[in-house]
Amino acid sequence: MSALTREETEALIQEVLEVYPEKAKKDRAKHLMINDKELESSKKCITSNRKSLPGVMTMRGCAYAGSKGVVWGPIKDVISISHGPIGCGQYSRAGRRNYYSGTSGVDSFCEMNFTSDFQEKDIVFGGDKKLAKLINEIELLFPLNKGISIQSECPVGLIGDDIEAVAKKAAKELNKPVVPVRCEGFRGVSQSLGHHIANDSVRDWIISNRDGQAFEKTPYDVAILGDYNVGGDAWASRILLEEMGLRVVAQWSGDGTLAEMENTPNVKLNLLHCYRSMNYISRHMEEKYGIPWVEYNFFGPTKIKESLRKIAGFFDDKIKEGAERVIEKYTPMMDAVIAKFKPRLQGKKVMLYVGGLRPRHVVGAYEDLGMEVVGAGYEFAHNDDYDRTIKEMGDATLIYDDVTGYEFEEFVKALKPDLIGSGIKEKYVFHKMGVPFRQLHSWDYSGPYHGCDGFAVFARDMDMTINNPCWNMMQTPWQQKAPGSLLKAAA
Amino acid sequence: MANIMIRKNDKGYVFYMPKRDIEDSIVSMEFDTPEKWGGEIKLGNGGAYYIEPQSAPARLPYSVRARRIDGVE
Repeated sequence: MSALTREETEALIQEVLEVYPEKAKKDRAKHLMINDKELESSKKCITSNRKSLPGVMTMRGCAYAGSKGVVWGPIKDVISISHGPIGCGQYSRAGRRNYYSGTSGVDSFCEMNFTSDFQEKDIVFGGDKKLAKLINEIELLFPLNKGISIQSECPVGLIGDDIEAVAKKAAKELNKPVVPVRCEGFRGVSQSLGHHIANDSVRDWIISNRDGQAFEKTPYDVAILGDYNVGGDAWASRILLEEMGLRVVAQWSGDGTLAEMENTPNVKLNLLHCYRSMNYISRHMEEKYGIPWVEYNFFGPTKIKESLRKIAGFFDDKIKEGAERVIEKYTPMMDAVIAKFKPRLQGKKVMLYVGGLRPRHVVGAYEDLGMEVVGAGYEFAHNDDYDRTIKEMGDATLIYDDVTGYEFEEFVKALKPDLIGSGIKEKYVFHKMGVPFRQLHSWDYSGPYHGCDGFAVFARDMDMTINNPCWNMMQTPWQQKAPGSLLKAAA
Repeated sequence: MANIMIRKNDKGYVFYMPKRDIEDSIVSMEFDTPEKWGGEIKLGNGGAYYIEPQSAPARLPYSVRARRIDGVE
């Protein structure tokens, strides 16, 4: 059950919208809804994937963030050039904590910033020559790279550089894939289009590279799609899959390599964790290579069990037994985690506002710990994401799309959650309001949160945040009502 | 005209338009036999599209050009 009734939530939305001018109010009202589990489709209740309203604080990113930061960046042996002025690359460098095994600068390049550093003359005369030179320099300095991707920033699109021609020429010279990605930041309304563009560029330039080449197949080959190994997530997922007898051929794209991606068309099943950012390539592989895909969720024991059985359902009895064996093996461990932390977290309320997948995926993990999600929202989800969310969330909970800074703060003041899960831009605002906060984009410098090992870390982190003694010290001593102990301390 | 992809799930045909990222169920399809397949399709969200009738694809999902007749994008 939700903290508020349907009518109270409705009143809250109206109250929050009150301050907007008429036109803005009309627009924002479409992005807020009250959950109703009976609904089949979210279409009539919530509008998503629309341009943010000018003048409000939005937490969205851009297409470049979606392509370079999310999809291409974590591929460890591909060098992603941020083609354009220096800032985009520098400020997005290594912030996402996509772990990888390898030596940075030798055979892995995730956390390095490669940029063409556009100057005025490049804008005036075009940056193609510089790009060609840059690619040659990269080849000279980092010979162990397996491929190069060119991530365009806004100016490249504005001045109309022909990066495709440069890429084709360089690919021929180097005999490596050089992928031009047209992910200029101004495209689309959020990072979501960047995911799409990145997927399309993988489809066009990478996925068919090894068609027809020999590959030693097994009947149990799978690929992990849409797991970016934030804090080691993909590793925690991978061991579960391998223990049940599957062979993980590729990780897309956390700790992934180009070779893995090129080998993916040989797998039997694509396992899709982040639906929003990788459904495009899954659909393509389904059509072209006949590989089915399945969404799964490795947050929290309930969902892990469900997902393991769902995945096993695609294979023979050996894997089904394997899944049961894995569940049996890890159940005592997870029960111990729940036994330890549930009493400390029982009944706490959570509000979530993350990207395109986690608001619905982590609900199960919170529920396993006895916590309740009272509000959830996405930065850049589409309607199919909300269709999936409606079923996960409790009745009469608040759902907000592309929430503005103002709305989010007001909702928090009204719903008084015990914990907020969102991104770095919201973190300090809520810290100052005295509300416990976890960053759910990069796990607040912790992790992994996926899988059985991840759940233990997840539970510990939530407890550590909510039950931290610092939250009782938010008020200055002279404003506290019962100053007893503090006065003594001062004297 | 736009490219759409038609796939099948346990409930029936599913419509997907990559360009606009719209996924929806297909509630009805005018022709659904191996020889003649396509025609007017109606979506769960109220939209309607037209696929040139053709012989049914050997394998789904299948990408095909479709024309929007009505509605919801």
